Amino acid sequence: MSQANEAIEGDERVKQISPLRKALIRPELGGMCGTVIVFVLFIIFAGDSGMFNPQGVMNWSQVSAQFMIIAVGACLLMIAGEFDLSVGSMIGFASMIMAIFATTFGWPMWLAILVTFAITISLGAMNGIIVVRTGLPSFIVTLAFLFILRGFAIFLPYAFEGKSNIGGIKEIAEGDWLASVFGGKIFKGLFQWMGDNDLIATFSRGTKAGQPVIEGVPMLIVWALGLIFLGHFILTRTKFGNWIFAAGGDSEAARNSGVPVDRVKILLFMFTAFCATVLATVQVMEFSSADAGRGLLKEFEAIIAVVIGGALLTGGYGSVLGAALGALIFGVVQQGLFFAGVESSLFRVFLGVILLGAVILNTYIRRIITGER
Amino acid sequence: MTSDVKPLIQMRNIEKHFGRVIALAGVSVDIFPGECHCLLGDNGAGKSTFIKTMSGVHKPTKGEILFEGKPMHFSDPRDAINAGIATVHQHLAMIPLMSVSRNFFMGNEPQKSFGPLKVFDHKHANEVTMAEMRKMGINLRGPDQAVGTLSGGERQTVAIARAVHFGAKVLILDEPTSALGVRQTANVLATIDKVRKQGVAVVFITHNVRHAMAVGDRFTVLNRGQTLGTATRGKVSPEELQDMMAGGQELASLEGSLGGTV
Repeated sequence: MSQANEAIEGDERVKQISPLRKALIRPELGGMCGTVIVFVLFIIFAGDSGMFNPQGVMNWSQVSAQFMIIAVGACLLMIAGEFDLSVGSMIGFASMIMAIFATTFGWPMWLAILVTFAITISLGAMNGIIVVRTGLPSFIVTLAFLFILRGFAIFLPYAFEGKSNIGGIKEIAEGDWLASVFGGKIFKGLFQWMGDNDLIATFSRGTKAGQPVIEGVPMLIVWALGLIFLGHFILTRTKFGNWIFAAGGDSEAARNSGVPVDRVKILLFMFTAFCATVLATVQVMEFSSADAGRGLLKEFEAIIAVVIGGALLTGGYGSVLGAALGALIFGVVQQGLFFAGVESSLFRVFLGVILLGAVILNTYIRRIITGER
Repeated sequence: MTSDVKPLIQMRNIEKHFGRVIALAGVSVDIFPGECHCLLGDNGAGKSTFIKTMSGVHKPTKGEILFEGKPMHFSDPRDAINAGIATVHQHLAMIPLMSVSRNFFMGNEPQKSFGPLKVFDHKHANEVTMAEMRKMGINLRGPDQAVGTLSGGERQTVAIARAVHFGAKVLILDEPTSALGVRQTANVLATIDKVRKQGVAVVFITHNVRHAMAVGDRFTVLNRGQTLGTATRGKVSPEELQDMMAGGQELASLEGSLGGTV
């Protein structure tokens, strides 16, 4: 047929795309631009405030890492076409039951952590099963869990201990093998060596004299990087990743092609619950306590980071690396305004502007890539 | 069709009742390998019910289905797909946001082992996709081009190429041309021709006689749940087919006023 021959020779209506343009046109572009803009702005306005010395970097990296941990879960779930609004309440609930197991019940820390993970992942599965079985929007189902879990997070400490905050975890977690996976620091030797060689600042007085100001890399950051790598690998390099895109892109077409859409969604609800519990555990170890208000509004912060990172709210499109950049922007802006001495309420203004700008850019890029009109 | 070729699918006196509605009242059709069998019929003639029975979605109320000479009992469409009967729907086949190569291997992802890890073999998937698309006459910018950037006809072609690549012996195309422009329709018809030459049996459902005449080897017309017979290419005129589809009554009177343009 003449059509076929013509097509092989090239379609004159398809524009040639330059390699540079092709390299730039990717889902993470909005996030990358946002990151560059934010860093340039803060280097100009807060460059001499200590924001970019080792302690400053450690400060905003830790805040960003918190956002990253929950953004990875939220990102994969959003690409699969669902939301989890119960993430924030899950963080509060998980830290609270973990603290109660460890203090009131007197369990060893590792057992308290493992049982907490088992409970929260089951709750994630329950979220998923209800969404899949009833066909209700996950927005509504997880909104219900937002209230249910927050309610328990407030009720349980009162019921067991008569207060809203349970402390004293550090003593229980001391020397526990699993607690150190969440609360410890790594590369301490390297940082001591850097301190000894005057590469980083050391304490000059007091009981810690001679020790580096930064002892090591907190496990919080290790978890964040690990989860980003895992999420990115699963999404782009595995069969399951293809199923995630397919489930969110068009669940009916995916089912017709033999993709187990329901199983994919339930597993991802479990994964978001896992990510929320990782953050909860790290916070319990860091603060040595659990508080009923912990994780408040975290679900929205996760969703914002994911959307800045280029994911489509309706599913089927997105990037874990983009979501990680979104989380980085979030953390840098929040801490950077503090370093720059700007009124902290302006954080929201700044964030709103970045959100809007990134999403407009992302929509434009996505249209180029996918041919949406 | 020569007599020594055995039919792939034999549908014998298929009846399908939905409650009190008789959707199919004794339909018999044979499908041979390498033929394009056009199933024509107006809306409500029972085309959809018939192909859904063939692809395992519905169980026939009465009648017998033989696949490669053996009676077949598919409990769901998955069984039919595994046996080699693939249906390409007009919609719900491709995901526009995903790349052609990811779409092509959706549900059949090739994997490569790295020790205990199994990863999606993108290199293999991309090579196969590009080769298959070239065979079908679609010139992709790259395997990572999104399906959303393809035209409707090209999407149908990708779906057909995918079904054939994964071992379809019978390809059921449910009105693949009904929403397409002239050029895109020509593309899909060319694809049907290529697939037929590879020995795949194509069941082409349409209500457009001109599209059917362009590629069909045999034509079966359904009307009100019954077959009005199967005709071979060259032994039936487009007008006769048109007539049979409409039941021969209303159209005759309409034709005068429309000047034979339908």
